[in-house]
Amino acid sequence: MKKADNARRRETLDIAMRVVSGAASLIGIFFLGWILWTVARQGLAAFNIDFFTELPAPPGVEGGGLANAIAGTAIITLLATLMGVPLGLFTGVYLSEFGKSTRFGGMVRFTMNITMGVPSIIVGLFVYTLLVLPFKHFSAYAGAVALAIIMLPVVARTTEDMLNLVPNALRESALAIGMPRWRMIIAILFRAARSGLLTGILLAVARVSGETAPLLFTAMSSPYWMKGLAEPTANLTVTIFNYAMSPFDDWKQLAWGASLFIMATVLGVNILARTLLRERTK
Amino acid sequence: MTRFHEYLSEHFETIFRWFTILCAGTVLLIMAGMFINLAWNARLAIGEFGLGFLWSDAWDPALNEYGAFSSIYGTLVSTLIAMAIAVPMSVVIALFLVELAHPTVSKVVGSAIELLAAIPSIIYGMWGLFVFAPIMAETVQPFLQETLGLEKVPGLGRLFTGAPMGIGMLTAGLILALMILPFISAVMRDVFAMVPPVVKESAYGMGSTTWEVTHKVTLRYGIQGIIGACFLGLGRALGETMAVTFVIGNAHRISPSLYDAGNSIASTLANEFAEASEPIYLHSLIYLGLVLLVMTFFIQLAAQWWVARLKKSMGAGL
Repeated sequence: MKKADNARRRETLDIAMRVVSGAASLIGIFFLGWILWTVARQGLAAFNIDFFTELPAPPGVEGGGLANAIAGTAIITLLATLMGVPLGLFTGVYLSEFGKSTRFGGMVRFTMNITMGVPSIIVGLFVYTLLVLPFKHFSAYAGAVALAIIMLPVVARTTEDMLNLVPNALRESALAIGMPRWRMIIAILFRAARSGLLTGILLAVARVSGETAPLLFTAMSSPYWMKGLAEPTANLTVTIFNYAMSPFDDWKQLAWGASLFIMATVLGVNILARTLLRERTK
Repeated sequence: MTRFHEYLSEHFETIFRWFTILCAGTVLLIMAGMFINLAWNARLAIGEFGLGFLWSDAWDPALNEYGAFSSIYGTLVSTLIAMAIAVPMSVVIALFLVELAHPTVSKVVGSAIELLAAIPSIIYGMWGLFVFAPIMAETVQPFLQETLGLEKVPGLGRLFTGAPMGIGMLTAGLILALMILPFISAVMRDVFAMVPPVVKESAYGMGSTTWEVTHKVTLRYGIQGIIGACFLGLGRALGETMAVTFVIGNAHRISPSLYDAGNSIASTLANEFAEASEPIYLHSLIYLGLVLLVMTFFIQLAAQWWVARLKKSMGAGL
């Protein structure tokens, strides 16, 4: 009798815990759905031709769009990618091919992991003291440098991991036919790890294109089209921040539109990167 | 061929190698540069307030009196709320994904949670300000205060006093919890997936229920990994800017009530940087940034040390 009670108690507890853990996961999914739905509904209402082609209008004036901010975000992200990806890629190459078990390599790996945990607003502050204070103006290139600093360790780490997955036999056969190491790395390793490297780069781009805090003190914001890299540059995320905090309803509407645009891009790139990786592991 | 070309082709191997070393070196330069640059550009505030900055609660731009205490307090309280909610939930979600769910369900829910982790923080901020905060003000906060009567509980009640405005420390902590939840869950899932099947199977073989296996085997086996994941989540929560800035209320105030507006280091920086016209104001803000950098640096250091220990004891693979 006692034995049966005990078994029932254990079974009840088991079922209870299954329910609790299922419920917790459902709560997570529920909030994801809620956020996606709100942003999609509010954002779609802000989408029209003007949103993608016009400059922002002063508060109270009908119409207006965020074309300059879309262009600014694209340019800043592109510049950041041009700086951050090569740096990260070759840091990863060093860690996996040359400095695997050297002291310097260990130091770089350790510092890289710590840099990855530095809050993005601190990166923004650092670039502010580096490129904005001395030149006395906010600029697109300062924003791009801040984003590149965030990208660097992410790209370096995935590169190292992906190159480590390439079997040593490939390296040895390339070296055995007399290929120099640099050619072996670029022609053999990069090709073998192609989709993994691309995934890492895409995830890094997705991550920085949604960043706001590092741009607050570097690229700042502007109501105009950008005329050069050395001036404050409109970008979507800082615009969201400024417009959402403003008291004007049409500005808030634009902020929702910008949110949807950014969210769709980031999630789209993420899904693309993950499918790429899944195809590879198949 | 010119001599330069000859030189290049002959020594390209060495040049390439040094190029990669140079790239790797930038990481060290950036890290060192952050500390040096922030400290140098905070020198006026460091000279004026010294270490007392950390526990002074003054913040008066008119009198040029600055102290970090209210910002540090807000950072810690909002992070504490977030961790208290996100950590247990992440453990349960990770267990669900690894142990309890059907593989197909686990895949779908797992990718959904990974996507949740990819949403930019400013989106959480927008949603928090326009959707979540009104719900907090109208439903959740009055419910906690009156229906549950938490306001009248001695001691604990002080946390729930004040007008339910929707914006404040509690809302900021909840949004922050929602933000770090998918991140911690994903790391924990990977930790739990590493528990060798043979250990679990032997527990099942002795007649354990699924919960007994998770609780007595998986959790015990993964405890170190859980702590590592918590460190990583903690580092994220401390420095999160946009999600918090939208909903914390941005007041330099230390109030026992979680319903009151407060601020965090990151939210103070995001809000006041544009207003800092006086050099001492700017230097105080950068000093505040330096405090945050040092805080996250030590947490990352602890996390790295912990993960390295873990790798040694569990073998490679993490």
